[in-house]
Amino acid sequence: MTMSQPLLQVRNLRVEFPNRHGTLLALDDISFDIAPGEILGVVGESGAGKSLTGAAIIGLLEPPGRVAGGQILLDGRRIDKLDADQMRQVRGRQIGAVFQDPLTSLNPLYTVGRQLIETIQTHLPLDARQARERAIDLLRQTGIPAPEARIAQYPHQFSGGMRQRVVIALALAAEPRLVVADEPTTALDVSIQAQIIALLRRLARDKGAAVMLITHDMGVIAETCDRVAVMYAGRIVEMGPVRDVIHQPAHPYTQGLMGSIPAMDEDRARLLQIDGAMPRLTAIPSGCAFNPRCPRVFDRCRAERPELLPATATLAACWLHAAMAEGAP
Amino acid sequence: MTALVQVQDLAKVFDVSAPWLNRVLERQPRLFVHAVDGVSFSIERGRTLALVGESGCGKSTVARLLVGLHGPSAGSVRFDGQDTAEVLKGSQVQALALRRRMQMIFQDPYASLNPRWRVRDIVAEPLREHGLLQDVQAIDERVADLLRSVGMAAADAQKFPHQFSGGQRQRISIARALATQPEFLVCDEPTSALDVSVQAQVLNIMKDLQRERGLTYLFISHNLAVVRHVADDVGVMYLGRLVELAPKQRIFAQPRHPYTRMLLDAIPDIQMSGRARTPVQGEVPNPLSPPTGCSFHPRCPVANARCSAERPVLIVRDGAQVACHAVEEGRI
Repeated sequence: MTMSQPLLQVRNLRVEFPNRHGTLLALDDISFDIAPGEILGVVGESGAGKSLTGAAIIGLLEPPGRVAGGQILLDGRRIDKLDADQMRQVRGRQIGAVFQDPLTSLNPLYTVGRQLIETIQTHLPLDARQARERAIDLLRQTGIPAPEARIAQYPHQFSGGMRQRVVIALALAAEPRLVVADEPTTALDVSIQAQIIALLRRLARDKGAAVMLITHDMGVIAETCDRVAVMYAGRIVEMGPVRDVIHQPAHPYTQGLMGSIPAMDEDRARLLQIDGAMPRLTAIPSGCAFNPRCPRVFDRCRAERPELLPATATLAACWLHAAMAEGAP
Repeated sequence: MTALVQVQDLAKVFDVSAPWLNRVLERQPRLFVHAVDGVSFSIERGRTLALVGESGCGKSTVARLLVGLHGPSAGSVRFDGQDTAEVLKGSQVQALALRRRMQMIFQDPYASLNPRWRVRDIVAEPLREHGLLQDVQAIDERVADLLRSVGMAAADAQKFPHQFSGGQRQRISIARALATQPEFLVCDEPTSALDVSVQAQVLNIMKDLQRERGLTYLFISHNLAVVRHVADDVGVMYLGRLVELAPKQRIFAQPRHPYTRMLLDAIPDIQMSGRARTPVQGEVPNPLSPPTGCSFHPRCPVANARCSAERPVLIVRDGAQVACHAVEEGRI
């Protein structure tokens, strides 16, 4: 992987939700980069904060949620302080977004063509005819058969997989350099899922787009991503090349996560299970947030919070690896 | 030994026509969906049959037909030798006795538990409904036992469903389903709404319970990796029909039907072994107007003229049942 200038840089991102009982810290100290042409997977269980990270980047945090600290840079330019109008320009033109449920991303009252053409003309200086040609071209690129005919149809006339392609076409309308895809395959059947994955990979490879793929599905990550960040309770607990995170995970949470996935190529009498559940935001344990569920917990884990540290092959936020690095148990 | 559950030519047709007035005014024909069409299988006592397939293939309808939530349009479900549709229509006493022996676990543990009831009442409801226990103390003891059997604390009985996570709620659903000491559990996507680490907890409990109590499962899932973990036999459904039915080892090692192969190919390769994958083409057709002949033929790489004209039936090949002309003719 080439380490060219990263397109997206997230530095110490902190997201808070103030409410009447105090302030919930939803994301804490999130830092990562994505290079052009690279696909970064963000994986974690419900409530880990992965969708929130995506929402913060595209500037669509639901109030009262707010970016309370850190920076988000797109191509070297800060985008976390932009006002709503400026952010709308960036979104669509430079950042495309794909969400889980294609039906909520499309307006049921407008034809697919109208929605595409409107988006294209908002961001690109094209006349109606050129915009229409581009819309047809986008539909063709995303693998929709007979785009000339389909462009005049309404979202309900498309099947689930086809709708998700339309949403991807919409996200790509202005050739954005960053695509944030939040669970794009979760609502789809496996056969369609494979097609959407192939589409995202082509996008990164052929167009040099940076892709942030948010999913809970390790299988999708393995198939699609170059690097992966594992999130737990609002923090990144492990990050590294996808192969290393899958084959030699360093954080006990990642190890548990990998072990709990039923495998296709080996028989296990029992799945590895992580007892307990992810803590609520109101009751994040002190020290390492994973310590109450961790099979290898020791005193330091309960007292001090670990940062991402170089582990075997990845970066892991776990004191086990600090102990190794310092040469003391 | 005869199988505990025997399903013979089971079919379910839903009438999805527009209302009468619209049909008359707009000259629309009546519309029917053949949600389940000629499905036959049997499940031996203590074993698990998994049904897999994509959305709309009829697997959940089969689950509902088996426990009597739908009546079959044709064919029969025999449970321990009795025709369930007849028994459920017959005397109340016999119907209750049959219902006690089979229970269902649903996909969404957020929707299947009454939010205004305490866990104690939720788990005890089947006991009361079936008149199994009257004494309050005996009921409390049984509820505590049931909760412990799914790895929860007896004290959890006093809480409400919203105080639990998704995985814990699904365990409460299992405890409730076990209350009447059923022999047969129908599980419709029991872990699909759960995170993987929690899914592992629930699957482990289900396997433990099966071993301890000799339970028989029908397990509905779209996740082949989960199916591979829990099932003994696997049935693959496509547009309301069973296209392949085989023991687990055979279906995963040697899938015969082109659709089964396609499904297996489409699973993301988590081990990153570099396994070659054939890209999947097309989507499940509209069940209102299924293709003629073999309903898979428009997506099938080996389809020929016969496939689009003649509907294949299940034939036995190497210990597996396959409904495919290409397999029958030895083309694949």
